[in-house]
Amino acid sequence: MELEESNNVLTGIVRGEIDAHTAPVLREKLETYQNEKNLEAVLDLSDVNYMDSTGLGVFVAFYKSINSNGGHVKLKGLSARLKRLFDITGLGDIMDIEAVGKGGK
Amino acid sequence: MRPFDYVEMRVPAKSQYVGVARLTISGLASRIGFSYDDIEDLKIASSEAVTNAVQHAYRDEEDGEVVIGCALYKDKIEIMVADHGQSFDFEETKTKVGPYHDQEEITFLREGGLGLYLIETLMDEVKVHHQEGVTVFMTKYVGGEQVEEDVETISS
Repeated sequence: MELEESNNVLTGIVRGEIDAHTAPVLREKLETYQNEKNLEAVLDLSDVNYMDSTGLGVFVAFYKSINSNGGHVKLKGLSARLKRLFDITGLGDIMDIEAVGKGGK
Repeated sequence: MRPFDYVEMRVPAKSQYVGVARLTISGLASRIGFSYDDIEDLKIASSEAVTNAVQHAYRDEEDGEVVIGCALYKDKIEIMVADHGQSFDFEETKTKVGPYHDQEEITFLREGGLGLYLIETLMDEVKVHHQEGVTVFMTKYVGGEQVEEDVETISS
């Protein structure tokens, strides 16, 4: 995971598998930004090749804390698999997510 | 001869073994011809079950173990995940698990939030047995949604 912040904009690239073992690491890194005000976060998940509810939990928690501080979280580069995971849990309607490729509405 | 091949894994109740169980189940599923998407579903559902079991087993006992049993049939896979270390008699345990309802007795599974919901959504059948620990029993059929490819083998 790579994170870079400048002028209240946080960009990050998440890679690999997000499961019960790796999610805590991701959570910890994101938590360092959770109290910042008006943060615009954009996380690129193009290189995430596996994710389950533990990963969803991390992104939901991040989304909640950033939102409550007046910021915004966008997740982009979601594969069809990842997009489906957000959609079947109903999180796709709540969070700002963008799938890979055209027509990924 | 029993009509299925049986594979059992016993792993320490530690999160680093969730991925090992997931990859093993993925490999087993590919042997019976599941599609790419179905295998991805199985990986998520089994990870959810093993993650739950790891957390429960670890809470009870620091060096606890999780047992994962997989029965491979021609047209389906049955996966049993128990958060207590004892091996099970797969067929016997299978008769004990039953359908469950949204009652308090399974709130322990809901506490993690989306895990059980995903298992229910991604698998074809899910049963839970709660006695001396928790056992989750889940089934997925090959070509559960699309049957066309299997026309040959089905016409008997």
